[in-house]
Amino acid sequence: MNIIAVGLSHKTAPVEVRERLAVPESRLGEALHRLCGYQGIKEGVLLSTCNRVEVYAVVDDVDAGFARVQEFLADTHLSLSSEQLTPHLYWHTDGRAISHLFRVAASLDSMVVGEPQILGQLKDAFEASLTHKASGLVLNKLLQKAISAAKRVRTETKIAETAVSVSYAAVELAKKIFSNLNEKTVLLVGAGEMAKLAAKHLINNGVQRVMITTRNPQGAIELAQRFNGASIPFDEFRRAMAEADIVLCSTGAAHYLIRAVDVEEAVRRRMNRPIFLIDISVPRNIEPAVKDIDNAFLFDIDDLEMRVEQNREERRREAVKAEGMIEEEVAASLHWLKSLDVTPTIVALRKRAEDIKQAELDKVMARLGHLSAHERSAVEGLASAIVNKLLHGPLVTLKAEADSAGSSMYVEAAKRFFGLDATQLPPAIPAEPARVRDEEGRAAPVTALKQSDPSGQQEPKRA
Amino acid sequence: MPATFFIATIVLYFAGTGFFLAYLLRRSEALSQVSLGVTAVGFLTHTLALLTRMLEAGQVTLASFHEAMSFFSWALVLVFLFVEIRHRIHVLGSFILPLALISLLSAAALPKEVPTLEPVLKTVWVHVTLSMLGTVGFAVAFVAGIMYLIQDGLLKSKRFNVLYSKLPPLDFLDRLNQQSIVMGFPLLTMGIITGAISAEFARGSYLSWNPEQLWALATWLFYFVVLMGRLTVGWRAKRAAYLTIIGFAGVVLTFIGVMLKAHGAVA
Repeated sequence: MNIIAVGLSHKTAPVEVRERLAVPESRLGEALHRLCGYQGIKEGVLLSTCNRVEVYAVVDDVDAGFARVQEFLADTHLSLSSEQLTPHLYWHTDGRAISHLFRVAASLDSMVVGEPQILGQLKDAFEASLTHKASGLVLNKLLQKAISAAKRVRTETKIAETAVSVSYAAVELAKKIFSNLNEKTVLLVGAGEMAKLAAKHLINNGVQRVMITTRNPQGAIELAQRFNGASIPFDEFRRAMAEADIVLCSTGAAHYLIRAVDVEEAVRRRMNRPIFLIDISVPRNIEPAVKDIDNAFLFDIDDLEMRVEQNREERRREAVKAEGMIEEEVAASLHWLKSLDVTPTIVALRKRAEDIKQAELDKVMARLGHLSAHERSAVEGLASAIVNKLLHGPLVTLKAEADSAGSSMYVEAAKRFFGLDATQLPPAIPAEPARVRDEEGRAAPVTALKQSDPSGQQEPKRA
Repeated sequence: MPATFFIATIVLYFAGTGFFLAYLLRRSEALSQVSLGVTAVGFLTHTLALLTRMLEAGQVTLASFHEAMSFFSWALVLVFLFVEIRHRIHVLGSFILPLALISLLSAAALPKEVPTLEPVLKTVWVHVTLSMLGTVGFAVAFVAGIMYLIQDGLLKSKRFNVLYSKLPPLDFLDRLNQQSIVMGFPLLTMGIITGAISAEFARGSYLSWNPEQLWALATWLFYFVVLMGRLTVGWRAKRAAYLTIIGFAGVVLTFIGVMLKAHGAVA
């Protein structure tokens, strides 16, 4: 049993390729059925977003699995041949595949590192696989682990804390001027997309009072309905600035709509309460001299973009921490996977039975007092016979299923029925040198995950 | 015993100041808990130092300059811990702790013996306590003013550095400035009144028109104007920050004048 990840992302493929491969939600069920229909593919999850299309699968054989998945991807769009896809694909096996999944979930592989959407998209992909019964024991567990690891990254690092969009940077700046946005009033001048988005973010962050003005009065009335605000006639909005704590300006005007004198007047009428002005228009609509007025804080599009760039830097720093966490989580999952191998389970099962037998024998011998050698061997024989007869069925089944598609299911079942803890499992045949270091210093052998395809280590495409 | 606690407090405030300044300049939040812990322990030993000294002397010992400065430092840290618990503004410690350390060090430099007071001056501690608490209010307003001007400058010049990310929002600082003066001013007023009453008992006149008394009255008047200006004509934000910084400079000068005169008289 091996785990593979095959796919392409914004890092390896242009949008012309990604858009052709993307699977719409409505066709996800059909695609999953097709994926699991291929010989040797035991479990599958399909993640399709605008930035990536990826297949995670549990397969019997790595090379065959890679070929089947590539075939599957090429088949999703008739105009794409398998050969055309090859240069864009990346291929991962086992540890690398799990690591890739975890990094994707934690948004470390995203175009904007730390963006939150990918986790939701992965959850949806997981849901779909569950609904269509495409994923089983192994992928279910790994997906759950990936999701919880991603949540850990979000709470323990600042990777998603700072604004990386211009419209959200405006909210972040507002929060450095006003501690509580609930009591604040926003004045929206013009109906530029970016300003509307910023207004929406401000409302989501507590702003309750919105005033809107546009040159076309109808537009203001419509927007006022949408934001649950009040529309103001365009030629009166300068007076309204005295009431506005935040002014968002984004119109198509080619000249300054708000001059320094207007802001001076507003600050005076506000009795020096700070006013925060954001000019998202190009050409600018607020006179730059406003920046010299006390208690008025003017930011234009360049300032916001600079803030965004700095935040990206910050996220990259946090991403380094996150990578460390992901490494730990991947090691833990590999440890679990290893325990799904049949051999250690058989050994553990035998050992457990032997331990119980020995403990019970010791107890009963102590109670019976002196026994002759013959009586002793009779009692021991009885115990051994019961244990062996009882274990015969499970052991034979485990051995018989070792190479079948459902082996991991049987192993998991045996472990649960007999209370075999993963940590007590003895190491499997120590033939393979591949070991995964986990953070507690234990070295978890990964013989269960044969590194049979060294090209799986090579990114971004198979040699 | 009090001396040991006092020395321990100096060491702890010194460490607290160091940690808080390091916290201010580093991106990580990790140091905030260390700085806070050290400060809290320092506050504890400080409280013990003040209490044991009073127990040993058998009286409320708040009559000498040493005690006044030590009490000022203690109350400053108390206010910081209170604001910290309520608002979690760690960075306030980076500004208040150095101030607390300076006043504690100046207390250490002043004569430590418990003064023997004439019976008529037994209640002078009321005057000292109230004046000092009022001064603590002005000190916090001063710190809030400095933080306001820094954050205002960073926002205006669009320098989004570590300091920017750690300083609280402007309106929080402005409110802290206002509340500190609103609480400090009546305390100082009562401190001046009780001082005048004590003076009347001791010397037979409420006011002897000496320079430091006049300077103190001028300071009081200054803060009165600042407070009224804020409440009526909108002297808030940047202007309030500047005014409270100037006002506190006046307070410090008054103190230095009074102390120099007192010790000059002793010599």
